[in-house]
Amino acid sequence: MVIRFGDQADIETHHKVRAVSKHLAEHPFEGMVEYIPAFTSVTVVYDPVAIYLKDKSRSGKGEIRYPFESVERTLKKIMDALQEGTVPKPRVVKIPVCYGEEFGPDLEHVAELNGLSVDDVISIHSSGEYLVYMLGFAPGFPYLGGMDKRISAPRKDTPRLSIPAGTVGIAGEQTGIYPISTPGGWQLIGRTPSSLFLPHKQPPTLLEAGNVITFYPISRKEYEEWRE
Amino acid sequence: MSIYVHKPGLLSTVQDGGRTGYQQYGVIVSGAMDHFAHQAANLLVGNTGDEATLEMTVIGPVLEFERAAVIAVCGADLSPSIGGKAVPLWRPVYIPAGAVLRFGSSRQGCRGYLAAAGGLNVPHQMNSRSTYLRAGIGGYQGRSLQAEDRLPVQQPTELGELIAGGIQARMEEGEPFGTVGWSVSYEMLPDYGKHPVIRILPGAQQSWFEEESLKDLHSAEFIVQPQSDRMGYRLAGKPLHKVKQQELLSEPVTFGTVQVPPDGNPIVLMADRQTTGGYPKVAQVITADLPLLAQSQIGSSIRFQPVTLQEAQEIQLMASLNLRFLRKSIRMYFV
Repeated sequence: MVIRFGDQADIETHHKVRAVSKHLAEHPFEGMVEYIPAFTSVTVVYDPVAIYLKDKSRSGKGEIRYPFESVERTLKKIMDALQEGTVPKPRVVKIPVCYGEEFGPDLEHVAELNGLSVDDVISIHSSGEYLVYMLGFAPGFPYLGGMDKRISAPRKDTPRLSIPAGTVGIAGEQTGIYPISTPGGWQLIGRTPSSLFLPHKQPPTLLEAGNVITFYPISRKEYEEWRE
Repeated sequence: MSIYVHKPGLLSTVQDGGRTGYQQYGVIVSGAMDHFAHQAANLLVGNTGDEATLEMTVIGPVLEFERAAVIAVCGADLSPSIGGKAVPLWRPVYIPAGAVLRFGSSRQGCRGYLAAAGGLNVPHQMNSRSTYLRAGIGGYQGRSLQAEDRLPVQQPTELGELIAGGIQARMEEGEPFGTVGWSVSYEMLPDYGKHPVIRILPGAQQSWFEEESLKDLHSAEFIVQPQSDRMGYRLAGKPLHKVKQQELLSEPVTFGTVQVPPDGNPIVLMADRQTTGGYPKVAQVITADLPLLAQSQIGSSIRFQPVTLQEAQEIQLMASLNLRFLRKSIRMYFV
């Protein structure tokens, strides 16, 4: 079941998404499997059989509703009771990036495209604050908002077959980090030594929806030291 | 006890009901493609229903059982045999120690499920034993089986032991394996076949599509394309056209979501789908019919039929009652 808050990915909508997510995390209802926050919606996964059995055991007079009606009712109650302004301050995560060289083969291209120097691109990219709207596409991959349009660059015409984990890239007006090695068409500008996907930890990702991240440049030497 | 792999088959992976609870972190669900066959196989060997099974694709493995075991094979018929004698599907089978279970190529269907009493014993990662190939986690060392692997099996349940004892007692001397005279009723099985009719619900962006295209979706024939895999089934038929071009922000998708990329050829998302997608969703395959798709081979033709959410949930509840009935019947037969 999907709870929608309009179709604009803005801060106000994001706060509503976070408030519902926070409530569901703290008060999961019986039969709920999980919830998935996105730009403008929260998707709630439920087990219809579990909901059916729960409702059946509670309603004595044989008044059995369909599981989706029961979940709809539960979610409406949650939405009605939800108070504005319950969203906590976002956690800020600082991510080191070694820009350029073999880690960022498209850095010069992005600079040229925008009539900037390579140092300008690094300085603009590493001075922004980026909001993690949601995770998706790959484990721990953040959909980030807030990139400066001065360093935007279209995707490559032909995607690369494999982009190493930790690579930082730009696609259109978005920046992102590849948590695991995947094919992709982004313009690559650097690489972080931080791991974004941590399968043995709880939560299994460095970032969560609602975090704010900033990038800071590190040297090749610092990158190597970090990896060790 | 473990199972020694002589030949791995085309793509054999350990799967359970899937890695739920982590989609908000972008971690895909994975799990058995045919949930019905996976669960039925488990129930037949006295398991509770969601223990890890081996999903075998089109060409099955050759496996040696180091100790005696009770197994069940459900789903696709990958021509299993022991000592030259065909092993029947959809029923518990007792295998003596040292027996070699040979699968061949598919006679019918696409994915076979092998359950062993107790369940396959690989470590849990993020609450699941399912293999997530791209990230290399879960299952057997995060990958598909290879020759010389040793796949550990857990201790059977009490019911599993009773099934083993029950079948063994009635086995005749010199038989390569033992089994029972009954199997899961055909009426209980999903309507597997070469030309399945798959029931669908309207998708979140159904209204983005032309009236004519929706008619085509509900009546035309679609062919399963060669690029289809555990991630998604690519279909080709009459291309589906949108009324107007709109951009969609990425949002969650699920098992059975039918999304339509710009070329108009629908893709049905399957067990290894990404958690989110940015293509408009024209339809959603009902849970009870996902096994039909999971067993459709490349080149088979399928049709879609619209149903209401009420109907879909009734069908799903019936399917789950059927499985409960199966569990009870097995217990009554052996206890």
